Amino acid sequence: MAFPRPIATTRSVTGIPTGRLAVWWVIASEIVIFGGVLGSYIMHRLGHSDWQYQSANTNTWAGAFNTLVLLTSSLCAVLAHQAAEKKDGPKAARFLMFTVLGGLTFLVVKAFEWTNEIKHGYTLTSNTFWSFYYTAAGLHGFHVLAGMVIMLFVAADARKNRELQRVENIGIYWHFVDVVWIFLFPLLYIAK
Amino acid sequence: MSDTAPAAPTAAPAPHGEGHHTNYVKIWGILVVLLVISVLGPMLEIRAVTLITAFGIALVKAYLVAKHFMHISLERKWITYLMVTMLALMLVMVGGVAPDVLKHDGLRWENVAAKESVKKGNEAGEKAAHGGGHGEHGAAPAGEHH
Repeated sequence: MAFPRPIATTRSVTGIPTGRLAVWWVIASEIVIFGGVLGSYIMHRLGHSDWQYQSANTNTWAGAFNTLVLLTSSLCAVLAHQAAEKKDGPKAARFLMFTVLGGLTFLVVKAFEWTNEIKHGYTLTSNTFWSFYYTAAGLHGFHVLAGMVIMLFVAADARKNRELQRVENIGIYWHFVDVVWIFLFPLLYIAK
Repeated sequence: MSDTAPAAPTAAPAPHGEGHHTNYVKIWGILVVLLVISVLGPMLEIRAVTLITAFGIALVKAYLVAKHFMHISLERKWITYLMVTMLALMLVMVGGVAPDVLKHDGLRWENVAAKESVKKGNEAGEKAAHGGGHGEHGAAPAGEHH
């Protein structure tokens, strides 16, 4: 059964389609959320010289691999957008599925990484460094998961050449999640 | 913008991505090269090089993603202003809290818990580094909540 489209989704008084505008507002609020976490982490890191001993235990290669995975998934998301611009829904859906695969790979690597760290006694309550580590990476991982789920729905419609504008919208969100990781990576994995 | 939604009379779908031909694979290639540099740079263990290669390059990578993948430069100007405003608010928060977090003592005050925590953490870390370490996971997780 087809539902009538709410008028708010078809108007564009700001010159930006409503869906895309909503995504930008989500990102605006996310900047404050992740900015708060990262800002607090940086301040504590600078104020606690002892954190260097804890941060030495994060796996740089796992972090670097996950960065490569997210960058590649972002490429797939923007190629999906390009296909949607050409009204090629099935191709856009294929690229979105590759993006989801990238997200899944990222989470699997993260799961192995965390399992190894927890086995060695580095847990959320070990000390403030690990509290920040699991909070920041966990919050980011949750955003990856949320993006993957939404992308599956968008891909299902795109495959039938429906709601192609949503391909770009979910892509913008995914790129933002990528940008957050671009900053998390040096903070948690490189600054030893 | 390929909006498949039924167009309302007031709708003004902004062209987004049409008409410009960014080589996305090339941008991805540049991002990967920057990633490699950001991993290898800090291995030199020179503080300035680490700061530039790790954090300077992160800024460049974020800029490239925002410009070429998110197409923020093709968006209405106020979207950029909105993002910059949010970043500025974040800096206000950091600026307001930083003195309390970064300094552990001052005129007629002392953060004893923080000082103790750093001392304890450094002692545990040094101890682990001089013999207690086992492979990659060397330093013990020193308990230091305050």
